[in-house]
Order: sequence, then structure tokens, then C-alpha cells
Amino acid sequence: MAGKPLRIGVLALQGAFREHCRLLDSLGAAVREVRLPADLAGLNGLILPGGESTTMARLLSEYALWEPIRDFHTSGRAIWGTCAGAILLAREVQGAPPQFGGRQQSLGLLDTTVQRNAFGRQINSFAAPLTVQGLDLPFPAVFIRAPAFSGAGADVTVLAEWDGQAVMLRQGRILATAFHPELSGDARIHKLFIEMAQEAQAANT
Amino acid sequence: MSDSQNGMPQQTDLNFGFAEMFKGGVIMDVVTADQARIAEAAGATAVMALERVPADIRVDGGVARMSDPKMIKEIIAAVTIPVMAKVRIGHIVEAQILQALGVDFIDESEVLTPADEQFHILKTEFKVPFVCGAKNLGEALRRVAEGASMIRTKGEAGTGNVVEAVRHARTILGEIRSIQARPVEELMTVARDLQAPYELVKYVHQHGKLPVVNFAAGGIATPADAALMMVLGLDGVFVGSGIFKSDNPERRAQAIVKAVTHYQNPELLAEISEDLGAPMTGINIDDLIPAERLASRGW
Repeated sequence: MAGKPLRIGVLALQGAFREHCRLLDSLGAAVREVRLPADLAGLNGLILPGGESTTMARLLSEYALWEPIRDFHTSGRAIWGTCAGAILLAREVQGAPPQFGGRQQSLGLLDTTVQRNAFGRQINSFAAPLTVQGLDLPFPAVFIRAPAFSGAGADVTVLAEWDGQAVMLRQGRILATAFHPELSGDARIHKLFIEMAQEAQAANT
Repeated sequence: MSDSQNGMPQQTDLNFGFAEMFKGGVIMDVVTADQARIAEAAGATAVMALERVPADIRVDGGVARMSDPKMIKEIIAAVTIPVMAKVRIGHIVEAQILQALGVDFIDESEVLTPADEQFHILKTEFKVPFVCGAKNLGEALRRVAEGASMIRTKGEAGTGNVVEAVRHARTILGEIRSIQARPVEELMTVARDLQAPYELVKYVHQHGKLPVVNFAAGGIATPADAALMMVLGLDGVFVGSGIFKSDNPERRAQAIVKAVTHYQNPELLAEISEDLGAPMTGINIDDLIPAERLASRGW
């Protein structure tokens, strides 16, 4: 559908944001790095990349990005979190730093509990052919000190599971993956997110 | 190394991918669990657990070795961010011990006293990823060929003087740019001159970057130093003595984290740099006798 060109932001506080930018660019979306609240203006979708969730949370607080990102979603735009980004989306975070009393600030937009480092340390990181609902062939999923989801709410669809744990969720305009589609060179999940952003854009106009 | 099956990513890819997650971040040297907690709260993407920061290794002298496993375990228990630790150049067994401890990344480091003056560790034999120092592109590519998943400039650790890190970054990035400009038929000669594997030289020619992430280390003491290394084109920074040898480690740690994210924004950098207390006292590199130069360790 023709219309205004799609513009996707990638949170660029820390982590693997350039990989997302490159893939989105190859799919023909206009891409912008987001570091401050003003950078969200005019975007149709936002990706929260992998990296270190405590670092990103710290920088989100430092430059007052929590509320603007929540408003961004409430106003009808699409958001996708990968790994650390998915942790930031969840309603509840388990396995947060002991010094924070095991609690970690999050956006609370995705109705699920997320367990940090659910599969162990780096030595336990792995890659697996993941069966994803809606994709006809397995997705080469890279899990790096990955989280897993549990206790998803009624509005949440589990799109993929590994080893009995939910690793990909969708709730309306929110997508969450515990793995790293930006590292595998397979663009199918990025295409899915672009479609979500397009649907949201169409619904808003 | 895991076996390759139907195009699935292998251990190397997992380790390269893990290293990507550190980009735009600050990895901080810590010597106690308390310091590790301060680093985590300040927004470090990882901590480097070691017994003495480089500035103290310089003062104390003697042989600097891998840290006590007890202290590394305490730090692993104290924080949820990845924990790195150092082994001496060529010390295969120290690396095996750190891997057994569950350390997330090993730094085969010239800051410790080398165990082997000729040979580095064959890092492809390990499951855990490694970071190694380099002064120039040939050295960086030799380490990558041995299996390093991350390269950092050597700089001159423990001096609070950024000049050597800048020199190494300029050298490596300059050599990359000059390889890009060469015609393909000259690359074998380039590989010979750099003493680097031909396949990796071809990779650099095609992609204009190292095959792994490239961090700054050695002498970074201020938010402006950290931002400078980002401006030069590196992916992130290690800060060693610069944080816990300064007057106000907490504030300085937070400021350096912010500076690495907002390195392109001078207005923010001005705010970030304000009122941090005194940085560590630096050392003029020219005052170091050659034997005191850590960067000359390894080849």
C-alpha cells in the first residue's frame, strides 16, 4: 500500500543497534537511531535492540525516555524488543541485579514475566533451528545469555518455544524475541515487524 | 568448536555475536565485589575482575597473574552483567581455569606478566570468547586468526594517558582504510607485509572493518577520552584504573557510560564532564623506560 514511507527507529543507547539498522535499510525502510526523546517524532515503529539491559535502563532514566516510549506505544505505534530489549518491554523482570533488590525498571508494556539469563552464562549460549508460528521454515535463532518468558497474559500469543520455554511473543503491536534475528542474516522476522508497523500506520490514518 | 549443521550459527558466531552486544558500552576494571556493584549500577556493560588495577601493578612491580578464583566467584555472584577476567599471554591453563569458573569473556592481556614470550593461546580451542590487545592491524588479525572474538587497542594501561590508545586506534583504522584502497591483486603482498592471514586481509578489503568488534583500552580517564575513542571509530571502551583511581568513582563511571552513548553530542558531553572530581593522576609516556611499557608485550 502506497502512503507515507515507513520510518523505523532503533534505540541506540548501547548494544547491537547497527545490525538492526542495516537489515531494516536492506528491506527499504527509512531508519533513525534514537538516543533522546525528540528522536521518536515521526516514527512508525521502534526496535529495542540486544545489549545490556541494566545499561540501557540506566540511560533510559538518565535522559527521561521511559514515558515517551510508553506514549509512543499508546499512540498506536509498533515496538519490537530483542533479548535485552525484550527484557525492557516486560511487565515483570526476574533475575535482576541482587543490589537492586532483584528488581529492575521496565516499560511494562508486554504482559509477561521475563527471566534474565534463563539459559545460563555465555558458555551456555546456543543456536537452534526454531519453529516460529507463521514461518514455513525454521528460523536460525541465536540465543546469547538469553532470557525466556513465562506467565504471559490472555492478550499475548506465544509464537515460538524452545526447551519448554516461551522465546517469542506477540501482543497486538508489540513483538518480543529472546533471540537475535539481527545476527543471523535471515530477514523474515524484520519483515514481520515492518508489516506490523505498516498495519499500525494504516490504522492511524 | 561446535559442528556446523545445516547452516546453523556455530560457537564462533555465538561468541562474535556476544561481543556485538557490548558495543556502545563501557567495560570497567574492578578488584572487589563492591566495585563490581558500583560499576553495574553506573551502567557498565561488563566488569573485568582482576586483583590489582594496572596503575597498582605498575607501582607494586613483581609478577602479575590471573586473579584468585575465589575473588572472581564473588564478583560473578555479586552482579548480573557479564564478568570478564584476565590471563597472562600464552597461559593456556589460566584460561582453562577461567573457563571452568564460568567467566563470560577472557582477556589475554599484556597488563599481566607474559607467561610465554613467543606464543599466544590458541583461542579456537576454547568455548569461552577471548579479547586480545593489538597495536596494529597485523597483530589484530593474527589474534583473530587464533580465535579472538574481540580486539582492543593496547594503549598504555595504568597511565591515565590516552595517547597510546589513540596511536593504536589511528594505526589500525588507518591500515584498514589503506587496504580498502588497494586493488585485489596486491592483497597477498599486503598480507606478507602485515604478517597476517590472507583470508582475513581479504575480509578487511571487502568490509572495511575487522571481522570482530574493536574496542579502545589503555589510558582512558575522562568522559572526553572515551568519546574521543568513539569519534575515532571504535565500538566501545574499556576503562581500567581511570575509574577507581579517581576521586569520585561512581560519578565518573556514570559520566563515562553517558559519554560513550552521546559521543556525537558536544552539548551533552559538556554537561556530562562537569564536576566529576579529580581524575587519576596521569603518567607521561615519555617518562616510562622501555621495560615499563606494557604495550610492547605480545607481538
